[in-house]
Amino acid sequence: MAHHEFTTPITEQQVRDLRVGDRVTLHGTLFGIRDATQIHMFDRGRTTRFDLRGHAVIHTAPNVRKVPPSPEHPAGYAPVCVGTTTSARMERFTKPLMLQYGVRLVIGKGGLGAASLDAFREHGGAYLAIIGGTAALETTWIEAIEDVDLDDLNPESLWRFRIRGFGPLLVGMDSHGASLYRDVDAAARARRSEVLAALGVKNN
Amino acid sequence: MKVQPPEVEEAAKELYVRALKLLPPDVKGGFERLSRTETDATARGILGVMVKNIAVAEATDNLLCQDTGIPIYNVAIGRGVEVDGVALKDAIRRGCERATREHPLRSSVVHPVTRKNEHTSCGRGVPVINFDFTGDPETLAIEMVPKGSGSENNSWLRMAIPAEGVAAVKAFVVDCVLDAGGRTCPPTIVGVGVGGTADLCVHLAKVAATRPLGTQCEDPEGAKLEAELTAAVNRLGVGPQGLGGDSTAFAVHVETAATHITMNPVAVNMQCHSARRARATFRPDGVTYGF
Repeated sequence: MAHHEFTTPITEQQVRDLRVGDRVTLHGTLFGIRDATQIHMFDRGRTTRFDLRGHAVIHTAPNVRKVPPSPEHPAGYAPVCVGTTTSARMERFTKPLMLQYGVRLVIGKGGLGAASLDAFREHGGAYLAIIGGTAALETTWIEAIEDVDLDDLNPESLWRFRIRGFGPLLVGMDSHGASLYRDVDAAARARRSEVLAALGVKNN
Repeated sequence: MKVQPPEVEEAAKELYVRALKLLPPDVKGGFERLSRTETDATARGILGVMVKNIAVAEATDNLLCQDTGIPIYNVAIGRGVEVDGVALKDAIRRGCERATREHPLRSSVVHPVTRKNEHTSCGRGVPVINFDFTGDPETLAIEMVPKGSGSENNSWLRMAIPAEGVAAVKAFVVDCVLDAGGRTCPPTIVGVGVGGTADLCVHLAKVAATRPLGTQCEDPEGAKLEAELTAAVNRLGVGPQGLGGDSTAFAVHVETAATHITMNPVAVNMQCHSARRARATFRPDGVTYGF
């Protein structure tokens, strides 16, 4: 299993080099995106001034403190606690994020489904698993909130973070049709009958 | 003992922040136990990161998880406690708002139709405030649970029928754990409500999911189910974060209530690995904080 160090934005070739089980550590820029952000972008015609081509997005809505803009906090926000939310709710947005905005990497927890896996294969993308619920640690990988767009949706704004040593993250879904989540789910469901039989549950 | 609203407001504020930062010792113990028994290398690595995060949160005085959740306050009023109930509710709400503004915390609470966020962690019916009465003399306890949405979104109720028996309860729990997969941030505490009315059944599942690890259902039939189901769900191989392994759940907790002759309800409510809660206890000599 390889370990990749990427500075964003990345190329299609870089994302195609990733295989499930590989580790990735990111540097540079990371965009925070969430349910409301994407509902507004893809269902309500809102657009962003940010260029997301080749970039990574993370499913997040951070805890922030409003501060006077400064070189340290150019957007007027200091990060308090930045973590990751469950990705599955945002399944239908993966494809348009890739097609309309050129996003290459989606970071989240709990995995995405078949439509996202197809989009990763067709258009060159991957899903990087972060450990959900470990936001205190994740926050130490964030250097600054550089900018923010669609901030009327706060905390579900579109955030631009400057990151260093963000990871290691686990490649959970790659651009070659592999998904750790699908495999674990299939194996768990295959054990269902045996587990129910041990509980004395018949005819299942 | 007289409890004054300003004391309650201060405690409600302190409890929210405290719950978000300090994981209870029983949950830390749960991680130690799972780390010892986990056989999958990836899963062991994930559990290691979760344990490291607890230490980082304490060292940096930060929140364990970004999800500030839906705030729940469980108030237990003992004997000989004099308190104005309406003023108590208002004080809890003010404390919750102040924690959000003054820390500051992300307000994760919106109107269900307009999705408008008041940035106070409060709204219609939120914070959730539950009241109960205990026999403890001159004691008022407030437990605070910031309930994260990753786990709360994995909640189910099934109005099974008597002819399906307890087998329906067992199969339902196993199927809920399978359907939740990694979305609920495992390893989890799987809370199961058995019996009651529909609303009581769901409430029992929440009580079970937020009960300290190492405690047992007071009903021996519930305790028996807990042992059986804990072993069963951990044989599925969902693992931490749904990425495979033995550590799918710290435990399955069950709470029971009597039900109707025609009913056999079962509910599941899950708690994520960041199983946060905090407690303030008011006694005549002052307020103490714990879990």
